[in-house]
Amino acid sequence: MENTVKQIVEKYNTNRNRLMDMLIDIQEAEGYISRNAIATLSQLLDMSQADVEQTLSFYHFFSSKPRGKYVVYLNNSPVAYMFGREAIKEAFEKSAGIKFGEVTSDGRIGLFDTSCIGMNDQEPAAIINNMVFTRLTPYRVRELVKMMKEDKPIEELRKESFGDGKNYLPSLRSMVSSNIRRKGMILSDDYHYGTVIREKLPAMSPESVIGEIKHSSIRGRGGAGFPTGLKWEFCRRAKGEKHYVVCNADEGEPGTFKDRVILTEKPELVFEGMALAGYAIGGEEGILYIRYEYRYMKDYLEEVLHKMRKEGLLGTNISGIEGFNFDIRIQFGAGAYVCGEESALLESLEGKRGEPRDKPPFPVEKGYLGCPTIINNVETFATAVRIVQNGGEWFTQFGTDDSTGTKILSISGDCMFPGVYEVNWGFNVEDMLDMVGAYDVQAVQVGGPSGTLIGPDEFHRTLGYSDLSTGGSMIIFGKQRNLLRDVVVNFMEFFIEESCGSCSTCRNMTQVMNTKLKKILAGKGVAKDLKDLQEWGRVLNASRCGLGQTAANPIISSLKNFRPLYEALLQKDKDFDEGFDLEKSVQASCNFVGRVPVFNHH
Amino acid sequence: MSKPVVATTSLAGCFGCHMSILDIDERILTLIELVEFNKSPVDDIKTFTKPVDIGLIEGGVCNSENVEVLKSFRKNCKILVSLGECAIMGGLPALRNGIPIEECLHEAYIGGPTVQLNKDGIMPNDDELPMLLDKVYPCHEIVKIDYFLPGCPPRADLIWDALVALVTGDPMKLPYEVVKFD
Repeated sequence: MENTVKQIVEKYNTNRNRLMDMLIDIQEAEGYISRNAIATLSQLLDMSQADVEQTLSFYHFFSSKPRGKYVVYLNNSPVAYMFGREAIKEAFEKSAGIKFGEVTSDGRIGLFDTSCIGMNDQEPAAIINNMVFTRLTPYRVRELVKMMKEDKPIEELRKESFGDGKNYLPSLRSMVSSNIRRKGMILSDDYHYGTVIREKLPAMSPESVIGEIKHSSIRGRGGAGFPTGLKWEFCRRAKGEKHYVVCNADEGEPGTFKDRVILTEKPELVFEGMALAGYAIGGEEGILYIRYEYRYMKDYLEEVLHKMRKEGLLGTNISGIEGFNFDIRIQFGAGAYVCGEESALLESLEGKRGEPRDKPPFPVEKGYLGCPTIINNVETFATAVRIVQNGGEWFTQFGTDDSTGTKILSISGDCMFPGVYEVNWGFNVEDMLDMVGAYDVQAVQVGGPSGTLIGPDEFHRTLGYSDLSTGGSMIIFGKQRNLLRDVVVNFMEFFIEESCGSCSTCRNMTQVMNTKLKKILAGKGVAKDLKDLQEWGRVLNASRCGLGQTAANPIISSLKNFRPLYEALLQKDKDFDEGFDLEKSVQASCNFVGRVPVFNHH
Repeated sequence: MSKPVVATTSLAGCFGCHMSILDIDERILTLIELVEFNKSPVDDIKTFTKPVDIGLIEGGVCNSENVEVLKSFRKNCKILVSLGECAIMGGLPALRNGIPIEECLHEAYIGGPTVQLNKDGIMPNDDELPMLLDKVYPCHEIVKIDYFLPGCPPRADLIWDALVALVTGDPMKLPYEVVKFD
């Protein structure tokens, strides 16, 4: 073990900032990160053990106990439940003989829940030893467990054919499907990567690149919608030893999977966009921060980078431009939704807990290692290439005035054709539902749990930054679904699980509100509870990051748009009921100290 | 019109919120012009002597006495305000909520490293003592609470603004800086 750790630490030049990579490598080599490994790591890196443990304990895919030779992570998003997760879970538990959260006594199989793994269009899905298994059935689960018991190598467990698109490639060999249903400028096949770097950049100054981006009025595709051109300009102007380009591929918002598809089908476009951004801001290093759930793409993405280096699209004096040096490395996360928040992502990149930073300063001034950094979504980088190719003016013809260009949507749930759709901004929800074959729709979750839940009265609304803003996730719920029980509670538990714990508002309020929601669902609610939920939701605005500020949205937005669902569950004859029972709550302590409870009933 | 009457109490709290009330400094002179205090540690009145308009509750609810006091506040006050983290969410005392009460008592009176003199393992079981609850409850889980003032403690200005708003009936201004986490 000690040697393994030593080699791993050396592989990353004993650089503390690469602690994430080291922990990932140890976890993969040993199946867990032992006390000894922590001790060795902290000694070699000259860090305290507590600091190593801080990082370790923050991420879902790290474990200080063995998790089994075969580790099953079963997605628990609402869509997984809608497509039969309960039966899958039961099949796993029954055939492996353990409950979720446990490892078999022989250390062979471990079963764990995990937040959305970005496969909402092919649920139920699970990750087993970094390989994704989609569209599971109980039969398939029994077969899988049987093969695990026979000690079959993981590759042999896969019986399905490869998914569509590039998933058949030797470096991917994945059963994941890309499910591209509609193409636009990003997913289109008529752009050959490298064209902009080879043909456009030599004649353009960095300022004119930023000029085109600004002129296009493109706004960040991750969801927050900050103007990309401005971000690049701020970063270019900011003083620092180095400038960094970071691509945020940590799409953790349940129901989002378009970055997976872009990175599978058009990774070159994303990397070209990063290089382009590097040229624009004067940075030489790019980092793709990608969620661990997409670990199966590692070899493939490395291969693409290698190919692009060989073709001269990455490296030194790219495209003959003196001093245009740029290269990209891939950094994997380890299972934390909050790392999609840009400053948390930076912390994670530096090998620390993914806790959001206080702002200002913003990353464009002080980002990765304290240097000016731009962080953009996968889709934003890909789009930037097409903007520079065709000019900012060309780009503005797509979409609407305040939301230019196209948006790639991840659509899942109760519809005939779930998958990825690239549409012009300004598309309305009704048209979207027609397009994906969704009928008898009760509600649509726009923008994931942190977004809005809307009902049929609002299906005329359009997708855009000024109306329904979305990072791309659209989940459709049919009439047969119980919105509160199956969706809202699930989303609240997602936020409870994924809160980094830094702000008490997000750490506690989500719990408190979920408890109240469950009380209402249990028929114990009163009218005031609804008012409380509404008002307490505002407390979350005090949180430091976007996750915390939106963590009550599942309740707030369903309460706003589906109030009758709540009202139907309330007790009509009472105006206060918290179900507190004094006699019951003193029982345990009185028993323990040996006294008979006396109540002074007035 | 007679002055509005205010009562305050500290349940399972540290009196920090009361210190924060005193932290309004010289405005306390204005405050006693504006309101009259009834049951409160500030003036040491022990029991309610008249109907009260505003009750400020510091601290969560950890024992049967807290329940009784809180219920008497609800009965005697028109408006109840949860003041600070402990009243609103249980706060520090609620750290015990994840641990069974038996374990807490054992640690405190029998097994803890600082327990030296309790050789016979005597437990506090006199009927005069309040009975411990299974966990620490936020006030709103026992009685109806009308308003919540967050903070640990809520800053003096926030308490002042809230009291003035309640007394004058003017809406309270809550700019982002006041409620931002850090």
